[in-house]
Amino acid sequence: MTNTPQISSTSARDDLRTEPRFIRGLVIAMAVIFLTVFVVLPLVVVFAQAFSKGVGAYFAALSDPEALSAIRLTLMVAVISVGLNLVFGLVAAWAIAKFDFRGKTFLISLIDLPFSVSPVISGLVFVLLFGAQGFWGPWLQSHDVHVLFAVPGIALATIFVTFPFVARALIPLMQEQGTQEEEAAISLGASGLQTFFRVTLPNIKWGVLYGVLLCNARAMGEFGAVSVVSGHIRGETNTMPLLVEILYNEYQFVSSFAIASLLAMLALITLVAKTILERHLDEGPSPSGD
Amino acid sequence: MSGGAGRRSTLPGFGLTMGLTLTWLSVIILIPLAGLFLKTFELSLDQFWVILTSRRTLNALKISFGLAFAAAMVNLVMGTVIVWALVRYRFPGRRLFDAIVDIPFALPTAVAGVALTSLFAQTGWLGAPLAELGIKVAFTPVGIFVAMIFIGIPFVVRTVQPVLIDLDVEIEEAAASLGANRWHTVSKVILPSLIPALLTGFALAFARAVGEYGSVIFIAGNLPNVSEIAPLLIVIRLSEFRYADATAIAVVMLVASFLIIFAVNRIQRWAQTRIPAH
Repeated sequence: MTNTPQISSTSARDDLRTEPRFIRGLVIAMAVIFLTVFVVLPLVVVFAQAFSKGVGAYFAALSDPEALSAIRLTLMVAVISVGLNLVFGLVAAWAIAKFDFRGKTFLISLIDLPFSVSPVISGLVFVLLFGAQGFWGPWLQSHDVHVLFAVPGIALATIFVTFPFVARALIPLMQEQGTQEEEAAISLGASGLQTFFRVTLPNIKWGVLYGVLLCNARAMGEFGAVSVVSGHIRGETNTMPLLVEILYNEYQFVSSFAIASLLAMLALITLVAKTILERHLDEGPSPSGD
Repeated sequence: MSGGAGRRSTLPGFGLTMGLTLTWLSVIILIPLAGLFLKTFELSLDQFWVILTSRRTLNALKISFGLAFAAAMVNLVMGTVIVWALVRYRFPGRRLFDAIVDIPFALPTAVAGVALTSLFAQTGWLGAPLAELGIKVAFTPVGIFVAMIFIGIPFVVRTVQPVLIDLDVEIEEAAASLGANRWHTVSKVILPSLIPALLTGFALAFARAVGEYGSVIFIAGNLPNVSEIAPLLIVIRLSEFRYADATAIAVVMLVASFLIIFAVNRIQRWAQTRIPAH
């Protein structure tokens, strides 16, 4: 992605296009030191703290019933929200990328909205709808339906914050690919669904994976929005990030950082997978007849 | 070159997919956000004003917006330095450092929060030496500032990086061959063409830091009027069942972030008209 082979190709003119050695060294040193202090060290600290009492304590912390319940809940919420956002993303991308209509840019910016809303506000809006003093709170209470401080609320808040990921990964990709291949399939007698599954989907598979990957990472790691709607019921409504907070506030640092290390590994795996997918997307089959 | 403007599509499914899109968008995003504004209208203007101008609310907003602005400024400068190093120079580990820039995007905020706190606490790897110099970071406003710098750095780097990569090298050569020294070429030719990207990156980092919660609350100390950020005050008001207070603060923050996004869109459009696409 960031290859710039054109630099360092010629010799004498290069001197005009680069800075003195001293400046170069200074800029590189500033960049490296800054990234090390602000990004690398926090990541290293997570693992150092998690293993500070040895490997035994680390695995004991992870096999604690509360930890296991948090891991289960996190996985469940991630499956629900990624699944729903995947379907929505495919549907929205089809409508937006394959057709021309007025207000397209506006619709895309509406889909983008959750990116610019504070996580706390993303949770707050659901408290205002479903909370005891909320619009539908009294009705829900009289019918004994639990949304807030239960799985549905956590899932809703997570769906809200991860809403744009899949759609945003697919829209530009599908726009770039145009509609020629699909039109050919339709004119040869394929149905709409056949066209989608046999022609469109194979063309966008890397984009789908890319969107799902980022959506999943955010879904599993979301803290602010989920924190507002969860109610922090131990063993029931705590996701992994919430358990990190609770254990940390109870000075159970090894346990807290053990859970945190799982989330940090998720982040690292996500980054590696993202790099690989980006390579596929860059080389991806370019639309024919371009 | 953008795929067929004005071309009529013969593909099926527009009505169905558009209908589903608008329905799902309304249920998940638009109705909940509208509920927030509706709740605000239950307040009289006086009540709204009293909440917003209370000392604690004003201080929380000042802390969130002020420190976010300062952190975005640091990100602007250091982001530019990082982009320059990554794009223009070769050095060992360059690709690794390029990948590392994305970590604040990928690391869950609660993990970042406990990690930064542990690092900058008085017994931490960086907190201990800083304490000897008499600098306290964790549990002070400086801690909030540090967390906001952490969370914002990828925004500047990832917006400016592609623009610097695509920058036409011939312009630089022309400037140099016309006798401009390197400093003039960089400051009068290269930096001006990066301005839209720099402004966008700054605005995105600022918007993110204003609303940031998870990575800040652990290191902040959360002392009312001193180190209490606005998102935390929303959470506190909610836990006290003071929904009106929470809503009023949320609306102000939401409107602010909409304005920032609007500004970003304007900058992008301005950049497109300023530099003709090639």
